[in-house]
Amino acid sequence: MEAQEMKEKELVPIFIMGKRYEVPSSLTIQKALEYAGYQLVRGCGCRGGICGACGTVYRFPGSYKIEVGLACQTMVQPNMYLTQIPFFPATKSVYDIEKVNPTIETLMKAYPELLRCLQCNTCTKSCPMDIEVMDYMAAAMRGDVTRLAELSFDCVMCGLCTSRCPAEICQYNIAILGRRLYAKYVAKKAEHLAAMVKMVETGRYDPMLKELMETNEETLKTLYTAREVEPEQADEYWTPKDKTYL
Amino acid sequence: MAYTRELKELIKKVEATRPARVEKKKRGEEFHLLSLKERQERLEKYHPDFKAGSKREIRVGPSKGYAISPEIVDLLEARSRLNPDLIDLNKIAYETDILVIGGGGAGTAAALMAQEHGARVTIATKLRHGDANTMMAEGGIQAASKGEKDSPYFHYLDVLGGGHFKNVPELAYTLVTEAPKVHAWLENLGCMFTKFPDGRLRALHGGGTCRKRMHYAADITGAEIMRTLRDEARNRVQDIKVLEFSPAVELILNEHGHCAGAVLYNLETEEYFVVKAKAVVMATGGSGRLHIQGFMTTNHYGATGDGLVMGYRAGVKVCFLHTVQYHPTGVAFPEQAEGILITEKFRGAGANVLNIDGEQFVNEREPRDVESSCFIRECAEVGKGIPTPAGKMGIWLDSPMIDMLMGEGAVKREFPGKYILLKRFGIDISLEPMLVYPTLHYQNGGLEYNNRCETSVPGLFSSGEVSGGVHGENRLMGNSLLDVCVFGRIGGVSAALYVKEKAKDGRLTLEHVRRYHKELEEAGIITDRVAPMLLPDYSNPKVRERQLTAHYIGTIR
Repeated sequence: MEAQEMKEKELVPIFIMGKRYEVPSSLTIQKALEYAGYQLVRGCGCRGGICGACGTVYRFPGSYKIEVGLACQTMVQPNMYLTQIPFFPATKSVYDIEKVNPTIETLMKAYPELLRCLQCNTCTKSCPMDIEVMDYMAAAMRGDVTRLAELSFDCVMCGLCTSRCPAEICQYNIAILGRRLYAKYVAKKAEHLAAMVKMVETGRYDPMLKELMETNEETLKTLYTAREVEPEQADEYWTPKDKTYL
Repeated sequence: MAYTRELKELIKKVEATRPARVEKKKRGEEFHLLSLKERQERLEKYHPDFKAGSKREIRVGPSKGYAISPEIVDLLEARSRLNPDLIDLNKIAYETDILVIGGGGAGTAAALMAQEHGARVTIATKLRHGDANTMMAEGGIQAASKGEKDSPYFHYLDVLGGGHFKNVPELAYTLVTEAPKVHAWLENLGCMFTKFPDGRLRALHGGGTCRKRMHYAADITGAEIMRTLRDEARNRVQDIKVLEFSPAVELILNEHGHCAGAVLYNLETEEYFVVKAKAVVMATGGSGRLHIQGFMTTNHYGATGDGLVMGYRAGVKVCFLHTVQYHPTGVAFPEQAEGILITEKFRGAGANVLNIDGEQFVNEREPRDVESSCFIRECAEVGKGIPTPAGKMGIWLDSPMIDMLMGEGAVKREFPGKYILLKRFGIDISLEPMLVYPTLHYQNGGLEYNNRCETSVPGLFSSGEVSGGVHGENRLMGNSLLDVCVFGRIGGVSAALYVKEKAKDGRLTLEHVRRYHKELEEAGIITDRVAPMLLPDYSNPKVRERQLTAHYIGTIR
């Protein structure tokens, strides 16, 4: 345990935009920037690895390799040369989601540069979320909206792929178009949901809800305690014994 | 940071009890749920809200005398960032029908609906569009959607039970009846819910639900909703303008007492400027970054309670701020990820919570406040918490059970976000349990509003986490994404109708700020505190000591 603590207090040199700072080796890049004295405005968002604000690129001396990570998720390493890329200009096609089809034509019309893709795999290597970006681009070029949506689902839209694409493509905006097309037009609609919306609109539940809204706390507590709880391991088609309030 | 040798030793105890616990689950045997009376006892003894010194009365403003977290009182008992005499309200930088303050889920939903009702909208947001707690919500969004087993009636009962029966009834009614409509709206916008092949929405339990109605998009439900709404707003760029890195610092009223815009601050160029609007929707979200009682938080970098301050100064009361939500399962190890949310969906999918002996001490699906209280009790009083290398305490969340219950690969499939996150630190959550502890999560209360999102100030509407009442004293899982969508949409519609029917032009004024300053002085509050805070200050204090010519206003240089 003590050895652990010693290790955490150990300072390591890192180079923020070329300038040397010594920071505790136990920190993420984001916390190291703050330790160095930065108050972050750009390049900091959710601090939890999902918002895509803190895309960061770095290299080590003597290595040809460009490494990438989210600053809030990546631990500092000695002698890393890093810079954040908090923003990179992107193309965003404006479309009417009601008036498009889940086809290759839609993708090509919105992003004609899609066909410039060289399949060089730089995008995949630049993705801090380990997404197979090149593969979803290939799916996009085939017009396979389903595959495009599935493969790109974890995208945080940080823009690192776009910053490095030799074909100047904005992959992540193509991906979200793909996901929206898939979810709206390819995936089957939830029929039970549409049915429920109709039932709510007919006012079916209003009398019973009104009863709850007007009753006293004691009655509410009794009803709450007595309510039938769907067993956790029940299958999808479980139904309750008491159907009075359905 | 993989588990230390000591922790790996302790994990063996979890593994030893696992097969029997999985068998019990499969038989449908659950650790007993607490009665309402037992819940209350646990809360009063162990919940941070009940700790001595956890509340202080506000000494000024429309809710004077109301006792809430001192960290929030400090914000309310602070001066404006602005000297009202220094800003020329005749110099209008932007003019719009509706100004939406906040670019998260509620603000973006409001903007979309206002636009559909014919309004021109400007969204002002502190960081980037979409930088908000909505993006970080993981587990799901509730709606009674399956008529053969569920209805808004049961959803309502659950909402009230979670909220200690104190919720404002009309708000809870609106929440549960709008829920299916909001889901249909999202589905129609192309939001990728996790479905069965026939289109049925997959659903799980959340803490305190009596039916499985928590729908989800893997474990990044909020991100999926946020990026979809944002993409849609960007498709309507003709009518919806977005001002990023431009937080509002003060509402502007007009001579009729109507809300008529706001003063914004450009975080990069450090200019203040005026936006004039016919109506304003406040959608600034919560306040986790205040670190109430020193707790770590799951919240976004910008969650500093700005809207509470601005709304309060303009005359809107606050309510339900006497309770704060601590999410039971924030990351306790590794330290680098401390406080990060571990979605309740893990427990909804069957993962037990366990003490140092690998034993259950509470059902994993109590409402959040009760679950958190039981964790704190197990660590602080029973003494069976798991010590972390950083000298803190944690509780095991037994994620590998999920693969045994739902089939191999379930953890990776259902929780890709958390799987990747912890994998980066050398922890495989399909094989090893997670170490968790309660973390500051949600602002249960906020600005007082009604189910049309109207506040007491004409022309000022309130949507989402900044508002209070719908969740009573404790929100249930899956109801915050729902809240931002339901009341975001309503806020947008109400504001657009107000613009058409009621808005009245008039001379702009910050007189309410001057009055508020005077009230502070009269109450004997002489302070250099300023609010809204805008950003927490996490920079190194030792560096600050050497910033000999720097000048800070609040947390901002």
